[in-house]
Amino acid sequence: MASVPVTRRGRFQDFSWVDFIINALRVIIILLVIVGSANTLLSGRFTFEQWVSLFVAGLAQGSIYALIALGYTLVYGILLMINFAHGEVFMSGALTTVFLAQAFARSGFLDAQPLLAIIILIIFAGLVSMSVALLLERLAYRPLRGAPRLVPLITAIGASFFLQYTFRGLFGSQFRSYPAVQALTGSLEIGSISIPIVQPVVFIAALLLMAGLYWLVERTKLGKAMRAVSENKEVSRLMGIDIDQIIMFTFAIGGALAGAAGVINGLFRPQGVNFFMGFVPGIKAFTAAVLGGIGNIRGAMLGGLFLGVIEAVGPNLVFNGLGIPGSNQLKDVIAFTMLVLVLIFRPQGLLGERLTEKKA
Amino acid sequence: MKRLLVVLFVLAIVAVLGVAVMPVAAQDCTDAIGCVEIGPDDPITIAYMLTISGGTASLGEDSLGAIEVAIDDRGGELLGHDIELIGEDSLCSAEGGQAAGQRIAANPQVLGIIGSNCSSEAVAALPIISEAGMLMISPSNTAPRLTEADADKGGVWQPGYYRTAHNDLFQGAIAAEFAYNILGKTKLATVHDGSPYAESLQAVMADTFTELGGEVVFQGAVNVGDTDMSAILTEIAASGADIIYYPYFEPESDFFTAQSADTPGLEDVALMSADGTFVDTFPENTGPAAVGVFLSGPYVAESETYDTFLQRWDEVIGGVPPSGFHAHAFDATNILLNAIEQVGVVADDGTISIGRQALRDAISDLTDYAGLTGTLTCNETGDCATGEALAVFEVTQAELDGNWPPPVVWLPGMTEMMAPEG
Repeated sequence: MASVPVTRRGRFQDFSWVDFIINALRVIIILLVIVGSANTLLSGRFTFEQWVSLFVAGLAQGSIYALIALGYTLVYGILLMINFAHGEVFMSGALTTVFLAQAFARSGFLDAQPLLAIIILIIFAGLVSMSVALLLERLAYRPLRGAPRLVPLITAIGASFFLQYTFRGLFGSQFRSYPAVQALTGSLEIGSISIPIVQPVVFIAALLLMAGLYWLVERTKLGKAMRAVSENKEVSRLMGIDIDQIIMFTFAIGGALAGAAGVINGLFRPQGVNFFMGFVPGIKAFTAAVLGGIGNIRGAMLGGLFLGVIEAVGPNLVFNGLGIPGSNQLKDVIAFTMLVLVLIFRPQGLLGERLTEKKA
Repeated sequence: MKRLLVVLFVLAIVAVLGVAVMPVAAQDCTDAIGCVEIGPDDPITIAYMLTISGGTASLGEDSLGAIEVAIDDRGGELLGHDIELIGEDSLCSAEGGQAAGQRIAANPQVLGIIGSNCSSEAVAALPIISEAGMLMISPSNTAPRLTEADADKGGVWQPGYYRTAHNDLFQGAIAAEFAYNILGKTKLATVHDGSPYAESLQAVMADTFTELGGEVVFQGAVNVGDTDMSAILTEIAASGADIIYYPYFEPESDFFTAQSADTPGLEDVALMSADGTFVDTFPENTGPAAVGVFLSGPYVAESETYDTFLQRWDEVIGGVPPSGFHAHAFDATNILLNAIEQVGVVADDGTISIGRQALRDAISDLTDYAGLTGTLTCNETGDCATGEALAVFEVTQAELDGNWPPPVVWLPGMTEMMAPEG
């Protein structure tokens, strides 16, 4: 901690190569981004309509990342632990519900009552994912609550494999698809811009769920208890809060949101539902949570949306202008470069607070 | 002193064991790379190395079913011994192919392997299989480099590799011919997924398309595991292409096709994929956007023998084959079993001795074998298919409702497209 005021004193006496390199890195990355974007925009390769459609698709994708990221951030806020099996919680809801969705489609219920059917699907997926998250907490994490921090982390990775292969055993490994919902096909035409209806629907549904969570955490007694536990477990216990119960609630809420994200993801990107589908979104959502400041609920929402948009717009905007071939393949590079960049500028994440030594 | 005695004792045991074991192997085997001895009551072991899980599982199930039909056709017996089929899942990846190859090569009784499905698996497994003296016949590897012996040209062929699948030098060329001559397209965009199969296929397609007089306006790639294709689709729309060739696998090809319908600027662009996407789950998974997609794929001319095969499939496996390489797998299995029958030397007590080099030679010498996929003759680097058995298909509404395979719209050599019927 003593080093903080030292760097403020004078640049020449305290020249540090590490600081120099980090600063140079910042400048280089920013220059590359600016040059790339300017080249692309000046070349006029992409029309305004194309940018808008990429942006909206990015928002829809980002809102799904945000829903999953909330699960990471809620658990981290309370237990200071990264639940790496959270991607699998998302998968469990999405994969189980695909069968119900297909049954709804076959019986015609999905097209006759789309809103009701989708709400039932979301609730069903939420319940499945919630049960998985609760079992995970009760069987894998609670027995390790007092253990060193690495132990639950490794357990989470093990639990993640366990869940993947359990679901592979249950449902097989082939890819399945959510049925197309008639009411959500087609596009909204705004002037010359055409946006598939499903994208704003996905975005709004995710926003509603996030608003619900925000209300729960900020305005209810349960939320108050959750915030208290995240501040200080011992004092909360003295105040008569049942810590175990609050932790279970936290896992349940995170799981339910992940399950809902599974169905919403199925509306947006119907294909590719199988036992391994949680891995990549899990990693991306974790990135989003860190990007926004892990432990911070608004940060996870913002981080998710930010990541989704950057991923959609970034490859064409930055890499294309720099003349890098195969720019689309470098999509993940954008996502994780963004993470590195944010961590260089704001190690605590976009909205995160500086953590004290004890909490970090 | 005592220690010296122990060492001497151990050495003596090793020597006795060595003397005891060596003559047996060397006694009656004159084959350059060794023999397989099958005891009177032991089965003849062959292996499969196929992708029987994950997104490409239909490809593996398709081949596996045909192998089982071919074995069943012989009553499960060869030279008076049972045929034992063991197998490994090679996961359609290089890592999977390597692991599967190692596990199979560790079993010295295995005579030959039917596999692999994906070219990436074969590239990784082939050195191991070849080193072990075994042989593999692939029903669906189509990457040109697998039967190219010249390493400077990217070739990875090694002795013991054969395939009944067509070489992509042929598949890519007919795709280009169809796109340019038949559809009249002039601006091509190609996309691959980084696999050797898709990468070489799109390269051949692009080269031939340019030779014919067309222009390649975009060449790009997606990652395996990507779900969001909007960035690359937008880039293609901006390039002005009038046909997109994306010869890779599900589910990336599902995502790509479905999202192309939502991308402004791609409304009138033709979509074409290849045999990797030629599976019955493609229309269902992709939805309405699959209608109108052209697929090049294996085509077995209707014949009595093929009808008989389909009937046998229904009896042994049930239903219809889920993908397009069952006939190739059936031919591959029969070629292997015929060669074993031809080379195997049966002793009076029922013991069979099979020379590994002799077995390879028997397959290398294969000429004018009348298989389901046409007349097969193997060349010196293991290409046994003639390329007769290829066609271009078009997905229609009927496939969305569960029909498979889609109707043929073009066969190499035709000057115009056939109208797809229902």
